[in-house]
Amino acid sequence: MNDPQRLLLAELPGLRQYARALTGSREDADDLVQDCLERALSRWQLYRAEQQLRPWLFTIMHNLFVSARRRAAKRASVERQDWPPASVSAPGDGLAVAALDRALALLPDEQRTVLLLVGLEGFSYAEAARILDTPIGTVISRLSRGRQQLRELLEAADSPGLRRVR
Amino acid sequence: MSDPDRDIADAELHSFADDALSPERAAAVAAWLAAHPAETAAVAAWRAQNARLRAAYDAFATEPLSARLDPRRLAAARRRRTLGRAALLAAGLALFAIGFGTGRLLLPAQPTADAGRTLAVEAMSAHRVYVTEVRHPVEVPASEEAHLVAWLSRRLGQPLKVPDLTERGYRLIGGRLLPSNAQPAAHFMYEDAGKKRLTLYLRASSEPGEVAFRILEEAGFTAVYWLDRPFGYALIAEAPRDIALGLARAIHAQLEQ
Repeated sequence: MNDPQRLLLAELPGLRQYARALTGSREDADDLVQDCLERALSRWQLYRAEQQLRPWLFTIMHNLFVSARRRAAKRASVERQDWPPASVSAPGDGLAVAALDRALALLPDEQRTVLLLVGLEGFSYAEAARILDTPIGTVISRLSRGRQQLRELLEAADSPGLRRVR
Repeated sequence: MSDPDRDIADAELHSFADDALSPERAAAVAAWLAAHPAETAAVAAWRAQNARLRAAYDAFATEPLSARLDPRRLAAARRRRTLGRAALLAAGLALFAIGFGTGRLLLPAQPTADAGRTLAVEAMSAHRVYVTEVRHPVEVPASEEAHLVAWLSRRLGQPLKVPDLTERGYRLIGGRLLPSNAQPAAHFMYEDAGKKRLTLYLRASSEPGEVAFRILEEAGFTAVYWLDRPFGYALIAEAPRDIALGLARAIHAQLEQ
């Protein structure tokens, strides 16, 4: 019934997709997903069956992401390549992905997380607020700023010529 | 721009773009939008963003799964670790008996020995540098153990394990990456209740042969080192050789699991 491996396997696609968009790199995404699964397994007894598994896992992943970023910022001068500040899309990822990676990497983490939880993963604002442990008003204002910025970034990227003329 | 409804509308416009409004509110917003072309364009842009994100990143959801992300493997590894702790004492005793029974596991350090000795010397100097550090003894703390292991495994190019020495009274404080002759090496530090520290140093080694514990002593420090493909290990402790050897055996037994 409550078989963790089977349940986790079912949630893996969403976690991998989110981690990839969030970190901008396949390798960092895999690290994040692996850490998330390991933590979920080690805390499985804290997970209650009446809870929804998906937001529980995204909460774990978000907390891991935040602490990894904090750590990376602390030793930024020593280990620059560990969490790349700019996107490092592999050549095989395609142009559409590369353009989005670049634009998303320029957004502050707090805007990118909301944007992806809502826009990519389809969480409601209330669910996103619980995952991020943030008031819903903050979620909406971050979403609003994030979308505005992403729109400008993508428009600039899509029409580089126009930008040069101005 | 100075529309009095603007602030209320902003949150609702996003909900509208995300199809999260009740049918009544959605109809009201749609009617309002008909008279506000700039906001209509914004809503369309947000919807296009959602679609574009999904189109771009959907593929990553279903890419072939690398083995290290397979929950079945992770759960099995976890079970082994849990069992391993219980079996540790027994395994340690068994190895101890084998070691002294055959005399094969404990060899004196030979002057010509080589790869292992270099390893021990490197480990000794790393130990001396970092063990006295109060504020930054490690780069990644033990609270991030999963990340530490994933990170160092990636850097060393092989999946590695961090031994658990709590039964021996030592808890992991964390680890760091060190250069060893242009090769990466992993360095783990442990501490006991009396703040006494020991370190485990490891790097890739393809040296063939049976596992043999060797000892190097220097200025009150004991290094126990052994080669066990794919890694070479050196344990450094400020302890007599029998204590250091016991710890090395426990580590070896645990890594064998």
